[in-house]
Amino acid sequence: MAETGFIQKEKLNDFIKELSKDAVVYAPCLEGDTVLFKAFDAEKTVCLDRPANNPPKLAIFPQSETLFNFTYIKDTEDPKKMSVEIKANTEFPKAIIFGSRPCDANGFLIYDRVYIDTNSPDPYYKGRREKTTIVTLCCNAPSPGCFCVAVGGGPANNEGSDVLITELEKGYFVEAVTEKGKAVLNAPQVESGASYADEAHKKQLESEKLVKNPFGKDCQPEISMSLFDSDEFWEKYLSKCLSCGACTYLCPTCYCFNITDEQMLNNGERIRSWDGCMFPHFTLEGSGHNPRPTKFKRFRNRVGHKFVYYPEKYNGVIACCGCGRCIRYCPVSVDISEVVSYLRGSQPDVSSGTKENTVTDTVKQEQK
Amino acid sequence: MTENINPYLPDLATVTKVIEETPNIKSYQVVFNDPEKMKTFKYEPGQVGQLSVFGVGESTFVINSPPTRMDYLQFSVMKVGEVTSVLHELHEGDQIGVRAPLGNWFPYEDMKGKKILFIGGGIGLAPLRTLILFMLDNRADYGDITILYGSRTPPDLCYKDDLNEWEARPDVNLILTVDNEYPGWNKRTGFVPTVLNEIAPSPEGTIAITCGPPIMIKFVLQNLAKLNFKDENIITTLEARMKCGIGICGRCNIGSKYICKDGPVFSLAQLKEYRAEI
Repeated sequence: MAETGFIQKEKLNDFIKELSKDAVVYAPCLEGDTVLFKAFDAEKTVCLDRPANNPPKLAIFPQSETLFNFTYIKDTEDPKKMSVEIKANTEFPKAIIFGSRPCDANGFLIYDRVYIDTNSPDPYYKGRREKTTIVTLCCNAPSPGCFCVAVGGGPANNEGSDVLITELEKGYFVEAVTEKGKAVLNAPQVESGASYADEAHKKQLESEKLVKNPFGKDCQPEISMSLFDSDEFWEKYLSKCLSCGACTYLCPTCYCFNITDEQMLNNGERIRSWDGCMFPHFTLEGSGHNPRPTKFKRFRNRVGHKFVYYPEKYNGVIACCGCGRCIRYCPVSVDISEVVSYLRGSQPDVSSGTKENTVTDTVKQEQK
Repeated sequence: MTENINPYLPDLATVTKVIEETPNIKSYQVVFNDPEKMKTFKYEPGQVGQLSVFGVGESTFVINSPPTRMDYLQFSVMKVGEVTSVLHELHEGDQIGVRAPLGNWFPYEDMKGKKILFIGGGIGLAPLRTLILFMLDNRADYGDITILYGSRTPPDLCYKDDLNEWEARPDVNLILTVDNEYPGWNKRTGFVPTVLNEIAPSPEGTIAITCGPPIMIKFVLQNLAKLNFKDENIITTLEARMKCGIGICGRCNIGSKYICKDGPVFSLAQLKEYRAEI
C-alpha cells in the first residue's frame, strides 16, 4: 500500500464521498458563518479554509450517548413485583474524522490515557476510537489565539493522526502515518504523491515558523504553585468570567461528563453527556455543600487540570493542545495562554504576532 | 487489565431489608440477584458503591457492612437530593443496581496493634461502622477502641442497635454527644470537635479515623493537630458529588487525585500533600 499520495483540488469532494461509502465521515462543514464538525452527507459543504469552530471530539466522545437501555418488566403472577433488564451496546460503526487539525488529533491522545490506558477502560470511547481513522489537515497559517507549538504540538505535527494532509497549490499531499491510515490512500481519487513530497515538507516547515509561542522568553517551564494557590491571582484575572462553559465544550481535551437517566413508561436509558467544570452545579452536592463554590476555584481547577494535575499524572504531558478555541470564542476574552504565562512568572509575549489579532486585543483596542 | 468489563453497567440487586435509622436516614440491605456474584464478591472496609434506581440515577454510598459479614451489603442513605429521595421510597423486594466495590479502603493492616480512635458525626458513622465491625470481628488484632460519635439530636443518632451493643461491650469505649440539651438525654452535649478536646485522647500509638459533615471534619482535624496527633496518624474518608466512580468524569478531584478512585480514604498527610482545601 502506498505511503503517500496526492489529491487534485477538484477531486477532494469526490474523495470525501468515496470515504463516506463505508464509514461515517465527520468533516468540518459550513453552517452559515460557522464551520462545524458534522457527519458528512452530499448536502453539506466541507470547509477547510479555517479550523472548525468546534473540535472533532464529538466523533469519538459524542455530546450525548446511551450507556445502556433498561426495561422494567412486571411479574404477571404478582404485578407488584418488577424485574429489570439492562442492555448495553458497545459496537460502533467505522468512522473517519476528515479535516481535523494537528491540535485536534493531539487532543485524542490526551483522552486515550484517561479512557483507554487504565485498569477500567471506557468501552464506549475505546470502541469508537478503534473504529475511527483520523485524517488531519496541516495548518498552513495559524489562526488568532493558536499556540500549539507552546504545548508540544505544531501545525504539521502528526501525533494522534492516521493520515496527514498538506494543502499545496494544486491539491493535497497525503501521507499515511499509521497502518490504519494507509487504507485511506486506496481511494481512486488518490494519485501518486512522490513528486509533491518535497514541496509539502517545505511548506510544513514554513508553517511551523509562523506559530508563535505566547509564553514569554523569561517564562518558567513550571507553574508557580504559590501563585496558583493564591485566591487574589484568580480573582484578578477572572473577574470577567461568566461561567458560560463555552471553553470546555469547545476544548479538544476537555472530557468531563454527566450521567443521567431518562425513562418513558417501562423503558429508559442511562445517558452520558458532556459537562464542564466551569459550571457552578458541576460539583454541587445534595447537601448544598460545594467544594468549588466560586468561578475562581472552578477556573483554577480547569487550568490546574490541564497544566498541573494531568502533567503530574502522565509524565509531564500538558492536557492542552493549544488550539486557541477557548481564546477565540470566549465572550469576555479570558485567555488561558495569558493566565499560564503569568503563572509561569512571565508577561505574555503579545509582541510576538500570534496575539495581535486575538479577540482580547480587538476588545482592548475598541475600549481605547 | 480487566479489559472486557463495562465499568458503567450495574449489577442487579434486590433490597432484602429496609431499616429506619433516623427521621431522614434509612439503611438498605441488598443482595445481588446473581448468587454466584454474591458468593464471589470481594471488597475491603471503606470501599464504596454506586446505587442505581433505574430511571432516576445513581449515587455513591459506602458499603457499611463489613466484609466479615457477607450475608448482604448494607448502604445507608440520607434523604437530601433527587436520587436519595427516590431511594427512600424503596421497599423490600425492589430492584436496584449496584456498581461496587469502588475506591480504596482503610489501611487496617497498618493499624494492627494500635489504639483506635473513631470520631464520627451524623451519617458519617457509616464508613466508620464498616471498620468498627471489622475490627470487632478481629478484636485481638487491635488495641483500645474509642468511638466518639455525635449528632444534632438523639433521634438523629444512626445505628442505634450497634450503639447499644458497643456501649455494653467492655472492650469498646463509646462516647455519645448531641449538639444541645434534649429531653431525656443524660449523656454529653456539645459539638463533636469540642467533646474531642474535652476527652483529650493521647496521640501515643493511636490512629484517629474521622468522618462527618465537612465542617465537623475541618474542626476535628484542627483539634487533633492541637492534641499532637501526627498527620499520618489521622485518617479521614471524603465524599463528593460523583458520577462515573472510576476517576474520569472530573467532579471529585482534589488536585490530581480522584476521591472515587484514589480515595475516599486519605490520611491528613496525603491531603496536605495534595494541597486539599479542608
